[in-house]
Amino acid sequence: MPDDTVDVGRRRFLTGSTALVGGTGAVVAMWPFIASMSPSARARTAGAPIEVDIGQMDWGQKIDLIWRKQPIWIIRRTPEMVAMLEPEANYLRDPNSDQSQQPEFAQNSHRSLNPEFLVLVGVCTHLGCNPTYRPDVAPEDLGADWPGGFFCACHGSRFDLAGRVYDHVPANANLRVPPYRFVSDTRILIGEMPEDAPA
Amino acid sequence: MKAYFDGLIGWIDARFPLMRLWNEHLAHYYAPKNFNFWYFFGSLALLVLIIQIVTGIFLTMHYKPDAELAFASLEYIRRDVPLGWLIQYMHSTGASFFFIVVYMHMFRGIMYGSFKAPRELIWLLGMFLYMALMAEAFMGYLLPWGNMSYWGAQVIVNLFSTIPWVGPDIAIWLRGDFAISDATLTRFFALHVSAIPLAILALVMLHIMALHEVGSNNPDGIEIKDHKDADGKPLDGVPFHPYYTVKDIWGSVAFLFLFALVVFFAPEMGGYFLEPDNFTPANPLLTPEHIVPVWYFTPFYSVLRAIPDPQFGALAMLLSILILFFLPWIDRNPVRSVRYRSQLYKLNLLLFVVTFAVLGYLGFNAPTPLYSELALRFSEWYFLFFITLWFFSRPRRNIERLASLVVVLGLISLYDVVRMEPGHEMLVFLGWLMPAAFVAIMFLGSGVEKLGRDLPVPDRVTE
Repeated sequence: MPDDTVDVGRRRFLTGSTALVGGTGAVVAMWPFIASMSPSARARTAGAPIEVDIGQMDWGQKIDLIWRKQPIWIIRRTPEMVAMLEPEANYLRDPNSDQSQQPEFAQNSHRSLNPEFLVLVGVCTHLGCNPTYRPDVAPEDLGADWPGGFFCACHGSRFDLAGRVYDHVPANANLRVPPYRFVSDTRILIGEMPEDAPA
Repeated sequence: MKAYFDGLIGWIDARFPLMRLWNEHLAHYYAPKNFNFWYFFGSLALLVLIIQIVTGIFLTMHYKPDAELAFASLEYIRRDVPLGWLIQYMHSTGASFFFIVVYMHMFRGIMYGSFKAPRELIWLLGMFLYMALMAEAFMGYLLPWGNMSYWGAQVIVNLFSTIPWVGPDIAIWLRGDFAISDATLTRFFALHVSAIPLAILALVMLHIMALHEVGSNNPDGIEIKDHKDADGKPLDGVPFHPYYTVKDIWGSVAFLFLFALVVFFAPEMGGYFLEPDNFTPANPLLTPEHIVPVWYFTPFYSVLRAIPDPQFGALAMLLSILILFFLPWIDRNPVRSVRYRSQLYKLNLLLFVVTFAVLGYLGFNAPTPLYSELALRFSEWYFLFFITLWFFSRPRRNIERLASLVVVLGLISLYDVVRMEPGHEMLVFLGWLMPAAFVAIMFLGSGVEKLGRDLPVPDRVTE
């Protein structure tokens, strides 16, 4: 028997469920497009660890490397430079690196595996500029109380010789320390944690 | 001849609403007869959009979106492509003129209350257009792959890493790499030449449709549809075509004269339209001494830098743009046009223009302690403009005046106490006088009859 009445409830259910399934499909269909914008296999491969010879470095010398397209600094600190770190703690925002990014082994006053070698990501934690290495004590432009450190010319952030940020500057975290380990006494591998360190 | 032409139109009209569109949007679209200078900028924005699209298409024929080749392809366009320098400078100058025109257009909307009911959607669509334009300009600025392109993008993309928890991952996803790189350049190119222009064109269409639905506002802020003749045509309106098409052609010629002056004689505009650092190739290991965005972003950049904390700085900058979206719901005063608003409203508007210009200037310069303090104080004035607009929405009682003063100045003072550092007391105190004077004049001054009262609005538009 033909029935002219419309089952409104049934129609609403079918419309609603179709819209829901179709909508879910449309949202899921965004996935490949969003995923395609993530770093490609090539970009990730280019981010593999790099090994550096540090046997020839002079005292106070800084070498610049690029790892994952970010500047990496290695600085061979003199014992005087390391001795200066302790008294500076009073002027720092985060002297114990509680609010900063570094591997666990670098959460100490010298922020390194070996106090002699400082390894940092040379990107200001404010807005990503490259701070300049200013080991000179009390230069004219940075003031008489400057003990040596890093100065970011973009927005005036200051860091000490362990990459720790001073108080009252735009950056609010210490310079980052990349994962790294000593392969031998004279070679560093940037991008890999020490074998005994927890991953 | 005419008969053939009419026949052709008739043939099309039977298949497509050609004459209906022509009449609805031009020949029978009645616009207020009292449009002035400020009403050029809508059509001028359209003109600049066309210039950008046309020059952009021809630049794409020679440009190489590849980190290895991009910078050299720009030099190639400027030096070797016949008249390539002209097309390239038209495009780069067009970007700056786009913002000049759009800022004038937005100011017109604020000044004459064109965002108020029933035109809120026109304003909102316009704000989306403005956001799309900012994205378009920002991504376009990376394409020359100069050093300022590179570092500007670095700073702006890093703003996303200030988002709690997911920020750093979002920044990597946006860049498609661990730093700004070839992957970033190619996706910015794709978005700059296709996705965003398409969005802009669609938004322009919606913006104009919304405008033609409710009709244009005018310098008196009066609804012309309230007074119609026997035929139902507004007494104070004239058909857009030919009256305003001819007026806009005049405006376009004047505009193109100025535009050509810049393109031919000062395309770099002393470093404001094209920054000197961008004539050296991108170098990830060499930060320019001062990273400055192009002039049209510097007011917001100043707001970003006014607060040292990166999270709150980015939030303040975001807020300084987002707050514009809410203008129709902030300024609830029924009087639309500045002509019939109070003396204090006029002062508030004037100070907003000054504030925007000063923030722009500060954003272009290195943040010395004095400039940082000024950037903060002018950022406070920037937001106080909106608070004052809200305050002027209706007549206030004395208790409201006092309460507003105490709350606003209290919050500002509280922040000053929190951020106070030894040696800067004098600077902070002198700076504090700026917002203090502002709120005292605006909130307390509104109690003075001559300063605070809006004027009667005439029934019909004035000549």
